Amino acid sequence: MRSKFLLGAALMASALFTAPTMAQAPIKIGEMNSYKNFTSFLDPYKKGWELAVEEANAAGGVLGRKIEIISRDDNGTPGDAVRVAEELVSREGVSFLIGTFPSNVGLAVADFAKQRKTLFIAAEPLTDKIVWDQGNRYTFRLRPSTYMQTAMLIPDAVKTGKKRWAIVFPNYEYGQSAAAAFKKLIKQQIPDAEFVVEQATPLGKIEAGLVVQAIADAKPDAIFSALFDADLAKFVRESSQRGLFKNLPVFTLLGGEPEYLDPLKDETPTGWYVTGYPWQYIETADHKAFIDAYRKRYNDYPRMGSVVGYATVKTAVAALKKAGSTDTEKLVAALKGLEVSTPFGPVKYREIDNQSTLGAYVGRLGIRDGKGVMTDWHYADGAKFLPSDEEVRKLRPAD
Amino acid sequence: MTVLSASGLVKSYGGVKAVRGVDLRVDAGELLALIGPNGAGKSTCFNMLMGQIAPDAGRVELLGADITGQAPRRIWRQGVGRTFQITATFASMLVRENVQTALMSRHRRLGNLFLSATKLYAEGALALLERVGMADQAERPCSVLAYGDLKRVELAMALANDPKLLLMDEPTAGMAPTERQAMMALVAKLARESRIAVLFTEHDMDAVFTHADRIVVLNRGRVIAEGEPADVRADELVQRVYLGGGTMFGHV
Amino acid sequence: MDFSSIVVQFLNGLAGASSLFLVAAGLSLIFGVTRVVNFAHGSFYMLGLFLAYSLAGRFGGTPTGFWISLLVSALVVGVVGALVEIVILRRTYRSPELFQLLATFAVVLVIKDVALAIWGADSLLGRRAPGLSGSFQFFGKVIPAYDLVLIAAGPVVLGLLWLIVRRTRFGRLVRAATQDREMVGALGVNEAWLFTGVFFLGSFLAGLGGAIVLPREPANLSLDIAVIADAFVVVVVGGMGSLPGAYLAALLIAEVKALCIAIGDVSMFGYTVSFSRLTLVVEFVVMAVVLVVRPYGLLGRPSATPRAQVAIMAASRPPRGRWILLVIAVLAVAPLLIDRYSIVLLNDVLVFALFAASLHFFMGTGGMISFGHAAYFGIGAYAAALLLKRAGLQMEVALTLAPVAGGIAALFFGWFCVRLSGVYLAMLTLAFAQIAWSIAYQWDALTGGSNGMVGVWPAAWLADKAAFYWLTLGVTVVGVLWLWRMASSPFGYGLRAGRDSPLRAEALGIDVRRQQWFTFGVVGAVAAAAGALYAFSKGSISPDVMGIQRSVDALVMVLLGGVHSLVGPLVGAAVLTWLQDEIIRDTEYWRGLLGLAILALVLLLPQGLAGARDLWRRKPA
Repeated sequence: MRSKFLLGAALMASALFTAPTMAQAPIKIGEMNSYKNFTSFLDPYKKGWELAVEEANAAGGVLGRKIEIISRDDNGTPGDAVRVAEELVSREGVSFLIGTFPSNVGLAVADFAKQRKTLFIAAEPLTDKIVWDQGNRYTFRLRPSTYMQTAMLIPDAVKTGKKRWAIVFPNYEYGQSAAAAFKKLIKQQIPDAEFVVEQATPLGKIEAGLVVQAIADAKPDAIFSALFDADLAKFVRESSQRGLFKNLPVFTLLGGEPEYLDPLKDETPTGWYVTGYPWQYIETADHKAFIDAYRKRYNDYPRMGSVVGYATVKTAVAALKKAGSTDTEKLVAALKGLEVSTPFGPVKYREIDNQSTLGAYVGRLGIRDGKGVMTDWHYADGAKFLPSDEEVRKLRPAD
Repeated sequence: MTVLSASGLVKSYGGVKAVRGVDLRVDAGELLALIGPNGAGKSTCFNMLMGQIAPDAGRVELLGADITGQAPRRIWRQGVGRTFQITATFASMLVRENVQTALMSRHRRLGNLFLSATKLYAEGALALLERVGMADQAERPCSVLAYGDLKRVELAMALANDPKLLLMDEPTAGMAPTERQAMMALVAKLARESRIAVLFTEHDMDAVFTHADRIVVLNRGRVIAEGEPADVRADELVQRVYLGGGTMFGHV
Repeated sequence: MDFSSIVVQFLNGLAGASSLFLVAAGLSLIFGVTRVVNFAHGSFYMLGLFLAYSLAGRFGGTPTGFWISLLVSALVVGVVGALVEIVILRRTYRSPELFQLLATFAVVLVIKDVALAIWGADSLLGRRAPGLSGSFQFFGKVIPAYDLVLIAAGPVVLGLLWLIVRRTRFGRLVRAATQDREMVGALGVNEAWLFTGVFFLGSFLAGLGGAIVLPREPANLSLDIAVIADAFVVVVVGGMGSLPGAYLAALLIAEVKALCIAIGDVSMFGYTVSFSRLTLVVEFVVMAVVLVVRPYGLLGRPSATPRAQVAIMAASRPPRGRWILLVIAVLAVAPLLIDRYSIVLLNDVLVFALFAASLHFFMGTGGMISFGHAAYFGIGAYAAALLLKRAGLQMEVALTLAPVAGGIAALFFGWFCVRLSGVYLAMLTLAFAQIAWSIAYQWDALTGGSNGMVGVWPAAWLADKAAFYWLTLGVTVVGVLWLWRMASSPFGYGLRAGRDSPLRAEALGIDVRRQQWFTFGVVGAVAAAAGALYAFSKGSISPDVMGIQRSVDALVMVLLGGVHSLVGPLVGAAVLTWLQDEIIRDTEYWRGLLGLAILALVLLLPQGLAGARDLWRRKPA
């Protein structure tokens, strides 16, 4: 009864208001992120997606319609994120959702997408679970996961031949799974490797002096870190003040991303192995086009977040084009195996687990003109750092 | 019949001995006044009898049963009502509700989470208020009452458990002189009618010598005199130490 | 780990203790004299650090410039604190004490957004102290030179404060006011200026605490809440009003933290215990242990126990039956008239109304303050999720059992808490909430750790948003009416008796602690019911359902609506939820706007939103 009533009301409303404008109405995409919580990454991220939207619309839009992104802050909590998602879907009537940063928010929205049968393209959450343990057919993810980025550091780590490892990571999903992935992968290559100390530090509140000392006391031969942002800055300063780790190989995930590297300035620890984004030096045509457009638009250089935001919208546009429709099921089908051109080159959304093959740059830290830069870098293609299909099938529930 | 007897009560704070060996006895229907200069140890004695403070040594018996060091609420259950020097009532409640609460406690109903209590024991409460002359103010909030009226409400609450003993710490403090006499007369009447033993402290000597059956005088934590008002009044030591040459006797 | 390592870690701990002590000392002074629980104290610390970042960045190239920059930063913060006292708090001293809490919370929001506007949201790591950026050798280990400055700062400031308090007229007044507030007025002292002076000194110390860690701690916008929690812990562990106690507590916490990190992982009987992970909650564990063993903190005295209790108020009566029916009727038909998202939003409002009502009962009728009310909400949410996902029970069963779990947990916490009173009790509730939070955060295998749990969706017949809304409405109505009824039940009378006059209540045979203990169980169960509804409405939960922020939200809802009114928490929940949903969409500075709105409310309507009605009624007369 009630649903009939609602249906009637909805039909009437749409007949009255929306029908005449339907043809020109833009395609609405819902975007949500924790802008207040992770500003250093998400400000450039926002610029990135805005640029991509402008480009798409300047080129005449998609399917003859403009693209409009409706963006919301999700407060960095899953509860608020789910509410915001509901608002975007049911009140704003967006065709699908993109965005999110922390793992728990990404997972909550992914589950919401599954429940509501709404497409969700996760931009940044690094958790492995979003495409594996808790993956679902409506959720796709752009960035290389914690596992993939850790795997990218493994070849160099193995080359050092070190056996006594210290591990330090922020005490939440990303850090924990980075540490677990590192231990598993290094053990595969160096079976007699041992982990002499593990420090799990509260996110954003590392007691760097104490942690640095505790690591030094364990006398490791090499260090793996998943610290980033303020935690990384403190860790670097406290270790350099004490003159520790000068001669140890240190591997730190994400350490080469401009968001986290730039604040270190002349304190940048030279020689550390990192994943990141050496924007100054990438000469590929795809990247050239991107960086020129970005500089022209914002008079600033892009950060890692800019690339993520830009590539996320690029993905959305490509999916719409391929699907030829805003229908969720058609979009999901289109995203399976979809190829997208990004500043890092073409990537593909894998059919097996909805993960894109976007990679990351691996290199070492150096200082040039008092600023931190990446040296000896190379691009690590995401496709090469994923487990075998067989393993993935074991991890991921059937759609 | 002896209702309360205390023997050898001792209490010290830090190095200071507030009470150094006090014996007391109150009989049913008797008004016993505990007097003494400031710092004599009256309040400490009182608080030991009621269980607010545990004595360092000594013993308190109620109708022959040892109640030394028991919590106030357990002592109350055995039939001891109390009023405070600075009146303590439940300011957020009506006068009637104050007494109702006391009755609910008596009947062990305070664990009930579902019943509406607005009518519970309302009649009993009114009857008690009647006894202290406060029935006409039953529906007023406690927070607006005059001080003397609050003392009466306190008394009604203290009576809610049909006490065998009333401990009253300065029952007339802060009252006008006429109110004081009326209050003490009321207490005396209640004591006689219901055979309640009353132990009270008081600064107002008129009230003490008019209404007390017996008087115990404390000084520096010790009993220095004990007896009927006339004997105490005549006691030389009391004259010298405390009463300061009889000036406080007023019109005697 | 050899001996020299232990010594070095001890020194590291000492360095960490100093800044914590400075902040806590300021908080303790302010509380002691003015009885204001100053939530904004952490914001003063943050402001000090940001100012030092800017000033030292500009003028700190030389040692003189650097140190003057730090000092000026602290002085500026002191002036800000004095202004807050003069402009805002002075107008609230006649209001219930908790209203000042709300006012200082609004200041937190405003300062946060002012800092956002000036410095942005990135973490800013300041410059190193000129001449002290190196380190020196000690037993073959290395200690940064700046750490020595920090190590010295704590005792030096403690000594100076001691001199001020013991040797000056201002100090005598501070002591007098700390022991007996009325006495100061009797001494013929201008109370207003004493309060302003104390606020200046306290805020100055907070600012200094922030400024001196410039070379070690990046300035960022999350410091305010993090630091205020730590400072509260230190003050309470040390004993309110005791400066040496505050230093001792800061030292104890810093050293325990150092120890946890130094120990690292320990394997015992095949299990690995990660002590480094404990650093997440170590201060709260320390506080819980200290308060259980020493109810007034390490050096606190019972006599100095603050009476920070909810002001005694006349029992407010529930609205008339026909109004209640009307509101229920409107809420019941609402889903037929509004869009899907509005249903979701209204569902949130109802859930938080129930949650806030449970806190209101705890505070209003129970006379106790809870800083950790989110614990029960979160335990309800987790119990529901665990019973559904891990135990495989039906959703209906999980929803029914969740309040039982919340009630049992609350009884467990309450058993310890009711042994304390006032701010100590409130802080112990916070400690338990944080411990519960950290368990949810760390126990990956059971709770899903920081990710939480997903797929917590209601049964099929409740999958429709409107259907679930009606369930929420039903539970909320039953819950709220029960709480209202309970306020006038025999239990409620006994509880209010204990709140109004514990002395009298005990002398009437009422076991005050037991009444309070049961209150924990009751409000725990109700809050847990709200939490379970929340979990099923969102489909996923994560540890933030029991984070500090949610406890603070509940407090704000209750205070916003007005403690004096039974409908207050419901109004507060609706307004706060709606505001958060509405302002957040339109401006980046929604926190600051919310803060200003609260301040306006505090200054114009000291009885809360629901008190506006009384004001309205009074006017014509």
